Amino acid sequence: MAVPAEIRPARARFLPWAPLLTVAIMVGPVLAGVLGTLAPAFGYMPALGGAGLSLDAFGMLFDWPGITRASVLSVTTGLAATAISLLLVAVICAAWSGSTAFRVIERALSPLLSVPHAAAAFGLAFLIAPSGWVSRAISPWLSGWERPPDLLILQDPYGASLVAGLVVKEVPFLLLMTLAALSQVRTAQARDTAMALGYAPVTGWFKTVFPRVYAQIRLPVYAVLAFSMTVIDVAIILGPTTPPTLAVQILRWMNDPDLSLRFLASAAAVWQLLLVVGALLMWRLAESVVGRLGRRWVASGTRGGATRTIKAVSLAAALVSAGAVIFGLLGLVVWSVAGLWQFPELWPDGFSTRTWMRHGPGLGSIVEETVITASVATAAALLLTLACLEAEERHGLKPSTRALWLLYVPLIVPQIAFLTGLQTLAIFAGVDGNRSAVIAVHVIFVLPYVFLSLADPFRAWDARYGEVARALGASRDGVLWRVRLPMLLRPILTAAAVGFAVSIGQFLPTLLAGAGRVQTLTTEAVALASGGDRRVISVYALSQTAVALLPFAVALFVPAVVWRNRRGLRHG
Amino acid sequence: MGELGLTLDHVVIGREGRTLVKISDHVAPGEVLTVMGPSGSGKSTLLSYIIGTLDPVFEAQGRVILNGTDITDTAPETRRVGILFQDELLFPHLSVGENLAFGLRASVKGRSERARQIEAALDDIGLSGFANRDPETLSGGQKARVALMRMLLSGPKALLLDEPFSRLDTERRGQIRDLVFSQARAKGLPVLLVTHDHADAEAAGGRVHELTD
Repeated sequence: MAVPAEIRPARARFLPWAPLLTVAIMVGPVLAGVLGTLAPAFGYMPALGGAGLSLDAFGMLFDWPGITRASVLSVTTGLAATAISLLLVAVICAAWSGSTAFRVIERALSPLLSVPHAAAAFGLAFLIAPSGWVSRAISPWLSGWERPPDLLILQDPYGASLVAGLVVKEVPFLLLMTLAALSQVRTAQARDTAMALGYAPVTGWFKTVFPRVYAQIRLPVYAVLAFSMTVIDVAIILGPTTPPTLAVQILRWMNDPDLSLRFLASAAAVWQLLLVVGALLMWRLAESVVGRLGRRWVASGTRGGATRTIKAVSLAAALVSAGAVIFGLLGLVVWSVAGLWQFPELWPDGFSTRTWMRHGPGLGSIVEETVITASVATAAALLLTLACLEAEERHGLKPSTRALWLLYVPLIVPQIAFLTGLQTLAIFAGVDGNRSAVIAVHVIFVLPYVFLSLADPFRAWDARYGEVARALGASRDGVLWRVRLPMLLRPILTAAAVGFAVSIGQFLPTLLAGAGRVQTLTTEAVALASGGDRRVISVYALSQTAVALLPFAVALFVPAVVWRNRRGLRHG
Repeated sequence: MGELGLTLDHVVIGREGRTLVKISDHVAPGEVLTVMGPSGSGKSTLLSYIIGTLDPVFEAQGRVILNGTDITDTAPETRRVGILFQDELLFPHLSVGENLAFGLRASVKGRSERARQIEAALDDIGLSGFANRDPETLSGGQKARVALMRMLLSGPKALLLDEPFSRLDTERRGQIRDLVFSQARAKGLPVLLVTHDHADAEAAGGRVHELTD
């Protein structure tokens, strides 16, 4: 009797373990990190003389005068950014899905998504600042301003500009997730049926499609909420300063040379985690309330809808949101080559490459560090993802819906809540402050995105190609390497580009795992924020954007060249 | 050495306790056995079991014996059972010639010899000079012929057909059908055809096994 295919040399033995390993890599550090945060929060950190359990750190935290304001800011900006983003995405889809305009929006998504948060935030800041492009455009002929107005637009105490900075980045993310969900729900059919029953298109969409779509994008929405409440780089650039949001304040305590503040920082991180959990519960509650009201609304049979108004408003919102990113980047380009540029001139008096020349040499090594980190982290994530997906097929290890939650663990548990603990652990283990530590931490965040991006195309591949190939004498490995992977070249490269962009954008993980000694474009750009030199900031933010966008260009270009004579793969 | 041909020895395939397919039969070399049944009756499942790629969600019993050798537990790639699906499933990343080369057995050595055999195979199916073509640029009938030839080049010892003609128009359908059956007969291959089309069953001319719910 021949040896069954499953009994093979050790090499093939890795596959069945891949899903477990992947989960361990994603969830393990989160658990360890939370524990590493909890212990010092309750006074236990022997290395710093904290041996017993105490609530002193929490006492200090709640004695800090800014605690109420910082906590409220975290909750309000997070909820506002999430609710506005979700609302925008819903009305855009309701009003425009299936139209030509929608296809244009779809195409703009990937590049918009890959613009790093920090770069988008800087771009937005330079647009809306009192001396920004918007203000220049209306001055002095309309506003009468001869000098920048004394308005607190940027870093306003209510966090409105922070919310704006989050919305412009979360809308593309949620839209992408919604598109994936829409392709699974037969949307056109449902809406057409509703329209045949006399419902206005937008109303019909909200009544028939939205409930099913929302059920599928619930986890991404939770991730957006947790992220928005605890974001650091965007909050440093656009958020209030006295006090800042809680997450930014925690980072300040973490970076304080006075190590005893780590107890306080850990307690604050635990508090931040509780706030996020509380906000998620509130959101969940709101879901059921809205759901109940929605049911009543559906049952009421009202068919009308201000279709035209909603179409116009949603398109305008989409344009403003995308425009904020695009014109923001354009502003960065102009600033990076600007000579003298006085208010209220719309354009600089002259252009020069001086800033680029001056910072180019220093930039080189930072770009190198950034690219190496992103490449290794992405390669590791891609390998694990492919191994998981292949194991799913070969060994029938299909993940349940509950397993999908695991993917979102590193995205929903706030970075600040577990990375602080992870750093504390790493310091005592002596493994922080180098490139490997940074790469390892990046993998935690790159993995979920690579997996989410690749899973659908990988599973959608017609398995009969594999059956044919095996009947023709190809082994399982042969099918994978000679048929499946080449056919999936485009989605694999796209997933890699997504992972790469995610790694480029990581601020807190780089800062904490690198102990401030590993410099990437993101940490450098954000560090420049307080200096306020727009030309230098622009050079760094643009470099960051370019490095994040380049892989997307490669993901488009390479399959187009490699498969130029293969029509069957051109639109795969 | 047992009997030549393909034997299905008390094959029963079920899912969650419900029996989908039950068949015990022998197909002699050059013979065509047609398995008929409505869609969803598990016809394709039976073929997956024979080629060894049955999804583990199904429970299957019974033996598959090819030319006297029990292949039930062997790896699909060593079974030498060829299959043609309703879709041609030409690998879209390979040229027509490379698709054939994928099928051609590795025991044919040497680049020039392999190229020669592939060119000869293309001549056989009236597609001379098509080696470098993108399979997606071929017509439905041309694709069907390439898929058949790719399978034959792998030297199969039995042939499974999963409604392979249903996507072709009436005129081509007859041609391709004749080509497939004549090749199988010439090579003395046992053929198992699953279809829901009575015309296919009649053209096959062999015995018919009806699957019922």
